[in-house]
Amino acid sequence: MNVISTNIGQSVSRIDGFAKVTGQAKYAAEPHPPGLLYGVIVNSPIARGQIAALRDTEARKIPGVVEIMTHRNRPHTALFEKSYVDGLGVPGSPYRPLHDAEIRFNGQPVAIVFAETFEAAREAAMLVEVDYERWPHNADFEAALHQKYMPSKTRSNYVPPKSRGNAPEAYALSPVKVEGRYHLAPEHHNPMEMHATTVIVEDDGTFTVWDKTQGPQSVQAYLTSALSLSGDKVRVHNPYVGGAFGSGLRAQYNVFLAALGAKMLKRSVRVTLTRPQMFTHVFRPEAVMDIALGASPDGTLQSMIVEGVTDTSRFEHNMENIVVWGLINYKCPNATAGYTIAPRDTYTSSDMRAPGATTGVNFFEMAIDEIAYACNMDPLTFRLNNYSDTDAMHDMPLTSKALREAMVQGAQHFGWHDRPMAPGSIRDGNELIGWGMATGIWDAMFSPTSARARLTADGRLHIATAASDIGTGTYTILAQTASEAFSTPIDRIDIELGDSTLPECPTEGGSWTAASAGAAVWLACQILREKLFKALAKGKNIPAWVKQGLEQDNLTLEDGILHGMNENQKIVLSFQDALSLIGQDALEVEETAKPGLRGTISQMRKARFTHSAVFCEVRVDQELGIVRITRLVNAVAAGRIMNPKTAASQVRGAMVMAAGMALHEESLMDERVGRFMNHNFAEYHIPAHADIPDMDVLFVEEKDSEISPLGVKGVGEIGMCGTAAAIANAIFHATGHRHRNLPISPGS
Amino acid sequence: MRRFSYSRPATLDEACHSAEHTRFLAGGTNLIDLMKSDVERPAHVADLKALGMHHIDEQPDGGLRLGALATNADTAAHPLVADRYPLLASAILAGASPQIRNVATNGGNLNQRTRCHYFYDPDMPCNKRSPGTGCSARGGRNRIMAILGTSDACIATFPSDMCVALAALKATVNLTGPEGERSVPIRDYHRLPGETPWRDNILRPGEIVTSIDLPPASFGPHHTYLKIRDRLSFAFAIVSAAIGLQIEDGIIRHGRIALGGVGTKPWCVPAAEALLEGKPPSHSLFRDVAERLLQGAMPDRDNAAKLRLAPRVIERALWQASAGTPQSQTDKTIR
Repeated sequence: MNVISTNIGQSVSRIDGFAKVTGQAKYAAEPHPPGLLYGVIVNSPIARGQIAALRDTEARKIPGVVEIMTHRNRPHTALFEKSYVDGLGVPGSPYRPLHDAEIRFNGQPVAIVFAETFEAAREAAMLVEVDYERWPHNADFEAALHQKYMPSKTRSNYVPPKSRGNAPEAYALSPVKVEGRYHLAPEHHNPMEMHATTVIVEDDGTFTVWDKTQGPQSVQAYLTSALSLSGDKVRVHNPYVGGAFGSGLRAQYNVFLAALGAKMLKRSVRVTLTRPQMFTHVFRPEAVMDIALGASPDGTLQSMIVEGVTDTSRFEHNMENIVVWGLINYKCPNATAGYTIAPRDTYTSSDMRAPGATTGVNFFEMAIDEIAYACNMDPLTFRLNNYSDTDAMHDMPLTSKALREAMVQGAQHFGWHDRPMAPGSIRDGNELIGWGMATGIWDAMFSPTSARARLTADGRLHIATAASDIGTGTYTILAQTASEAFSTPIDRIDIELGDSTLPECPTEGGSWTAASAGAAVWLACQILREKLFKALAKGKNIPAWVKQGLEQDNLTLEDGILHGMNENQKIVLSFQDALSLIGQDALEVEETAKPGLRGTISQMRKARFTHSAVFCEVRVDQELGIVRITRLVNAVAAGRIMNPKTAASQVRGAMVMAAGMALHEESLMDERVGRFMNHNFAEYHIPAHADIPDMDVLFVEEKDSEISPLGVKGVGEIGMCGTAAAIANAIFHATGHRHRNLPISPGS
Repeated sequence: MRRFSYSRPATLDEACHSAEHTRFLAGGTNLIDLMKSDVERPAHVADLKALGMHHIDEQPDGGLRLGALATNADTAAHPLVADRYPLLASAILAGASPQIRNVATNGGNLNQRTRCHYFYDPDMPCNKRSPGTGCSARGGRNRIMAILGTSDACIATFPSDMCVALAALKATVNLTGPEGERSVPIRDYHRLPGETPWRDNILRPGEIVTSIDLPPASFGPHHTYLKIRDRLSFAFAIVSAAIGLQIEDGIIRHGRIALGGVGTKPWCVPAAEALLEGKPPSHSLFRDVAERLLQGAMPDRDNAAKLRLAPRVIERALWQASAGTPQSQTDKTIR
C-alpha cells in the first residue's frame, strides 16, 4: 500500500481548507441565535475631554431600536480598575468602555445602539448626538517625544538591555562611524476579518461568546472579571479566526460591549466593527531609533549604541523590545542601548506581528548595511565577520543558531556573489537595479500547554486544546503531530480548538503555538497509547496474541491499527475492536507539556531564537520614485519544520506584510484631532498582487533538541524581521540613497 | 445608512422628474459606500438600470458614443474603444480593480466623489460634504490632495483616471434633464471648488448623463496614460498624465494633455498644449510644457511631493507618447 505520510515534517494541505472555502467554517460574526440583537457603536470624534450632553431621542425613534447604552444607563460592571486588565497585561489603567463621561482617545466608544436589525442599529447610531467639552490633547509623536519616560519598575514588565564595554568611548575612537535616526510610521494590523463578537444568551442565562480573539481563555477571564460574572457562566469560542497579527491579543471593546449589552438586555447580541473602527484600537507604535555604529577599517564592529522610543497612550505603558536585537545578534566588545516611551492621547499601541523586532531588527539591519559600506565591505561578508555564536548581550550560549548556514544558503540561492559592490551600478532602461540583504532574529518561545486525546468506539482520535488557529495552520500541524504520535491516518483524527472550556493553552502569539501546543498533543498521544496498551494488558477477554505481543513488546501501532503475530501469522486489531475488548466506549487522557527540569535549566542557561537571512532585488525608477520588488529570498533557521507548506506560507505572508511596511503602510495621524485619517483600505495601502514578486522560502536544517520537546521553534513572525531592511538596503544599492524613514513612498 | 425611498424609473423622462434630494444610482460602487459611511444622505434613490444606455455605438462622423450605463470593463474591452481610443482603454484599466470596473459605469465615473479623507469621515468638518463647516484637509494629512485648482474652501482631488483620458480626448458629455437635452465639453463638466465645493460638476437638478461622445480624432500610437500611485495597482493616482500627440515628420502638429491626481478636476491648460504645436520633441520643450501645466500649483502641508513628481511624470509621459510607446497597464515597468 502506498500511504502518503502525514507525519510531522510533511507538506500536508490545510485540513480545514475545505470548510473555509465552502463557508462551513464559522467565524465570530456568523452564529445566528434566535432573537439576535445587533449592536452598532458610536465613537468619539475628539481625543480628550468629556461628554457634556448626549441626545438619543431621534435615534430611539428608528423602528427596531431596543436600547441605546451609554455610560449613564449601562449595567453594573466591576468596581476596581484592576479587574479590567486583560491577558496581555499592559501596565497602567486599562480602558473601560462606557465607564464614565471622560474621553481619553479619538474613536473611544460613547454609546452603542442595540436593534432588531443591523440596518436599524446603524441608522440609529448615526442619529445619536453628543456634545463634548474639549480638553487640550497631544497626539503628535514629535511633541510626545519631549515627554518620553521610562515607567517605574512596578509599572513595567520591561527588562532593560544589558550594556557591555564602554560604547560611547569606543564609538568616539572608532575610525569608521555611521549614525542615523530611523523612523517607523504607525501601522494597523488590518486582519481581513474585522473584530466581531456574538454573545448567545442561553436558556439557563449563561453566555456563549463567539469572539475574534487569539485567546479564548483570556477573553473568558477578562469578561468574567470585568463584568463581575461567575466563571462558569461564560464560555468563549473562536474556532476560526480570519487573521489577527496581534490585534486579537487584547480583548477589544467590541467583546466587552456585546457582553455588557447581553447582560443589560438579557438577549443575544452581535457587535461587529467596521473597517474605520478597526483604526480606533490597537496599532503598531510609531517609533524612532537612533543608531550609532563604530568599526575598524577591517570591518570589525567596535561599538553599538542604540536609543529607541515608541509611543503609548496616556493611560497604559506599552513597551516593546526594539533596541536589544543587534546587541544580541552581533559580536562587538562595546554596546549599549536605551529605551523610553512617549505618551500621547490615543488608544494604547500594542503588539503587532513580531512586536519590537519588526521595528528594531529592521532598523538595526539597515544601519549594519551602512557601516558595511562605510568599511567598503560586502554586507554579507561584514555580517559573517561579526557573527556571534552566542547571545552576545547576555553572554549566554544558544540552543542553536544556524544563521551562518541561512546566510550562505540564501546567498547561493539568490546569486548574491555576482553582486557588484558599488551602488547605482546596474541600470536597465529607466530602472536602477539593487540587491540588498539583511538578517532576522526572533524569540523562540515555549509555554506550558495542555491537550486532551480521546480514542472513541468509532476508531477516531479526538484532540482538543484551547489553542487558536488564527489562519496559520494550527489545526493541520496538530493533526500531523497526532497522526505521527498515535500512528493513525490524519483522516481519522479530529482537532478541536478555540474554546475556553478545552484544556488550557496560552493565548496564540509570539510564534509559540506550534512548539507548545504541538508538544502537548504529542505528549497526550503518547500517554494515550500507553493507556491503551495497559488496558489491553489488564483486560479479561483479550486474545492471547495481543497479551503475548504486549509481553514480548512486539505489538505495534501502525496506520491506526494494532499489529501483532499469531503463530507466525501477522494479525491485526482495529481500535474499534480493541475498545470493545476492553469494554470501554472511549479512552481519554489530558496532559500538560512543560519544559521539564531539563528544559527549565536550559531556559535559564541558554538563549533561544529563530534566525533568518533575507535577500531582495528591487528595480527603482528613481526619477519617478517607483520601487518594484522583483525578487525575495528568505532562508529561515527555525529548528524542526512541522509542515513546510504551511510554514512557508507563514513566512511568505510575513514578507508581504514587511513589504507593506517598507513601501506602503502608514496610518496617517491628524494630530489636530488625534485620529488616524486614512481609515479604510482605499487609502491605507497594503501591498497589492502587483507589488509582490515570486518569493522563495528556504528552511535551513537546524536540529535543536533543547528548544522545545519536538525541536520546533515557530515561524509566524520571523518573516517580518529583516525583510523590510533587505528591501531598504536593496533600494540603497540601486540608487545610492539611504532612506531611514519607513515606508519609503513615491516622492520621498 | 439612513433610510431612503427607492424607485426604478422606466423612462429617462420619469427619472429626470424624480423628487428633490434624489441621487441617481448606476453601478453603486461609490454612492453605496458613501451612504454607508453617512456621507451621502439621499432622501430618494432612483435606480437607472432599467434605462438601457449601455451601448457603445459608432457615430456618423467616425466618433464613438459611450452609453452612460456601459460598465468601465465593457468600455475598455470594446473592440472599437481598444482599437481607436487605446488611451481611454488604458486609463480605465489603470483605475480601481477588475471587480469594481465590472460594475462601475461610465456615467458614474464622471460623477464619482473625491477620496479626501475628511470628506469620507462625517466626524470631520468638510465644506464639500457639509457646506460651511470648513476644510479639514487644509493643514491636515493631505498627501493625496490637490495642488491645482484649489480654493480656501476645498483642496480635494478629483480621483478619476477615465475622466483624465476623456479630457485629453476632448470628449463631450450628453445630458438630459427636466429642461431637455444639452451637451457639455468634458473639460467644462467638472467645476473648480471655489466658494461652492459641494458642487462637483455642472449638473442641474434632475439632469442625467446619458452618454459620452468621443470625437473622431485619434492619436495613433502617440499616446500614453502614465499613472504614479502609492502601490503598483489598486490605488488612486498621486500624479497621472493622459497625453495624445499628432506627430508628422517628427514635428508635433498638436497635442492634448490632461493631468490626474493633482487637480480638483481633470487638469488641462490649453496654453501648455499650444506650446507643443509645430515643434519637435525635446527636453526643453517638455520642461516648458510641464512648467506651464503646473503654473500656480500650491502644495499644502503634506503634498509637496506631488509638485516634485508632476513635472517628471509629464515629461516621461510626453516622451512615451512621442516615441509611440504607450505605458502598459499590466507590465509595471515604466519605459
